[in-house]
Amino acid sequence: MLEKRLINGNEALGYGALYADCRCYFGYPITPQNEVVEFFARELPKVGGVFVQTESEVSSINMLYGAAATGVRAMTSSSSTGFSLMQEGISTLAASELPCVIADVQRGGPGGGNTQTSQMDYMQVTRGGGNGGYHNIVLSPASVQETFELVQLAFCLADKYRHPVIILTDAIIGQMQEGLELHRLDFGPLPDKKSWALTTVGDHDDPGRFIQNAPGILGSYRDYMIRITKKYQEMTEKEVRYQAGHTEDADLIVVSFGSSARSSLWAYHQARKEGLRVGFIRPITLWPFPTQIIRAAAQHTKKFVVVEDNLGQMLRDVQAAVQDKAEVHLVGIAHRHLVTSSGMIFPKTVLQEVKRLI
Amino acid sequence: MKRKVDENVKREPFSGRIISSTIKENIDEKVEREIVYSRPECMHDLPTILCPGCQHGLIYRLIGEAIDELKIRGHCIGVGGVGCHAMGMGMLKIDAIMALHGRAPEVATGIKRSLHGKPIVFTVQGDGDLAAIGMGDMINAVNRGEKLTTIFCNNAGYGTTGGQMAPTTLLDQVTTTTPEGRQPQGFGYPIHVAELLATMTGMAFSARCALTSPAQFNQALKTVKTAFQKQIDGVGYSFVEILSACPPTFKKTPLESIKWIMSHMLEEYPLGIFKDVDKIP
Repeated sequence: MLEKRLINGNEALGYGALYADCRCYFGYPITPQNEVVEFFARELPKVGGVFVQTESEVSSINMLYGAAATGVRAMTSSSSTGFSLMQEGISTLAASELPCVIADVQRGGPGGGNTQTSQMDYMQVTRGGGNGGYHNIVLSPASVQETFELVQLAFCLADKYRHPVIILTDAIIGQMQEGLELHRLDFGPLPDKKSWALTTVGDHDDPGRFIQNAPGILGSYRDYMIRITKKYQEMTEKEVRYQAGHTEDADLIVVSFGSSARSSLWAYHQARKEGLRVGFIRPITLWPFPTQIIRAAAQHTKKFVVVEDNLGQMLRDVQAAVQDKAEVHLVGIAHRHLVTSSGMIFPKTVLQEVKRLI
Repeated sequence: MKRKVDENVKREPFSGRIISSTIKENIDEKVEREIVYSRPECMHDLPTILCPGCQHGLIYRLIGEAIDELKIRGHCIGVGGVGCHAMGMGMLKIDAIMALHGRAPEVATGIKRSLHGKPIVFTVQGDGDLAAIGMGDMINAVNRGEKLTTIFCNNAGYGTTGGQMAPTTLLDQVTTTTPEGRQPQGFGYPIHVAELLATMTGMAFSARCALTSPAQFNQALKTVKTAFQKQIDGVGYSFVEILSACPPTFKKTPLESIKWIMSHMLEEYPLGIFKDVDKIP
């Protein structure tokens, strides 16, 4: 029988990592993800794992870089401002092709913003917010259960592509309590790490392995860029994930991710119950973005409503996918129920906007 | 006995010392010669790409000799900082990684901890890398009592970027960002990293060396070996600052650079061991 818990999304992140055999965590406290740091501080010593409370997010990401270089499964987490501090390190992990997982439990921005929820990091996670030409695979769960499962998938994709993978949640997903079924997901065999992981050369007459974070210093920079671009193309072809409903039969399609997709999902079901021809698309991978399903739907659907708790970030990806074949509207931060940072986009607000626009 | 010129003689980049040769085949009378000084076994047979008179090559030779003498090549992982010294990391036949600017102690921490303390992990960092952008990383790594070793190359300036002021630049020293010489008002004072870190509980061994003579080189080798031994014994952080000549930054010839270290840098940065304990609380 599966083990069941009633826990919050932040702890589900931790359980997902443990079930993926992650035994290394480096973290710095920041609201609203402190439960993640505390989870690993409590749980990792019990299984012989490594927990380090770092002096900054810069330190977290660089310790993660060191640990990832030894081939172990390792992760860090932070929230918006702390994630910004990690960006140089994430670019370096991508450049050095090191597998690891980084969770961003979003809070309000810009700047110090606030400690409550928002979805304002879409751009900084999907565009490879650090320097240089790279992308992150970004997974966006919309429930506690999905958080647990996507963390396991994240470690698999990280190892498969030798690349950092981002889990993007927010204060709502992180703080809300839901039922969680603990179970291990099996993704099949993954590439061996022995050829590149730093584990010391031992007694062999080995020249030693060398992990270079500046691909342009040694070797052919152009060949490196071509090879890495092929890797991004492969991810774009193979790793797109989304949840969709009634996209073939809709006058209006709601596109939403993360916590705001929960409000949107209720609105979509309610609209269907009321006989409205409404469809629903929830990107699970924010990069690579499910452009094709949206583009296909735009052939016969005339209106799209993007629901996201920001000023319109995923909106631009939807507009690019739609290619002016349909109207694209935003239900964003202006639709929150309160003017303070405690405001949220309620399900009934989404339904009301759907009815107004359809 | 007449010796022919032999193109197969390989020489040490800086000193011109013979490191390997097939000379006995090219002399009229066969004489067996014993090589008494050669490239350390743990170093690749590669030419140096550092400037003439730069002592970073010598620092890597020192590290190589220490690794060979302690027989730890197979257990080492090196972490290179950002700067000219980082080029040396590829000279060693060990597992190695390059770190972002200033972050080597954190990367080393990640490596050491993830492998449950098994490997011998060391960083090589310059003064801009360690004492400016990476001072916070350094102090926190020492404060955690990480079992790591850092070799700190102090050449009183930023060499790679063309000779700007570093925190270690001497007062009145002319650099490209202190064209009138470093003045304390607005530019601060030379920072004494070995002494500063020696005040910390997590530090097991902190020392400063120079490479101004063969005797100093031998002293530095002994010091670096002691530093590695502190890590092997699991005592705490070990740190060796090495005063290093950078002729382009000093705007001097290689020989004048060594003399300037002796006349100016040694006065500001005295050599010695500032902390040496066998146990930290």
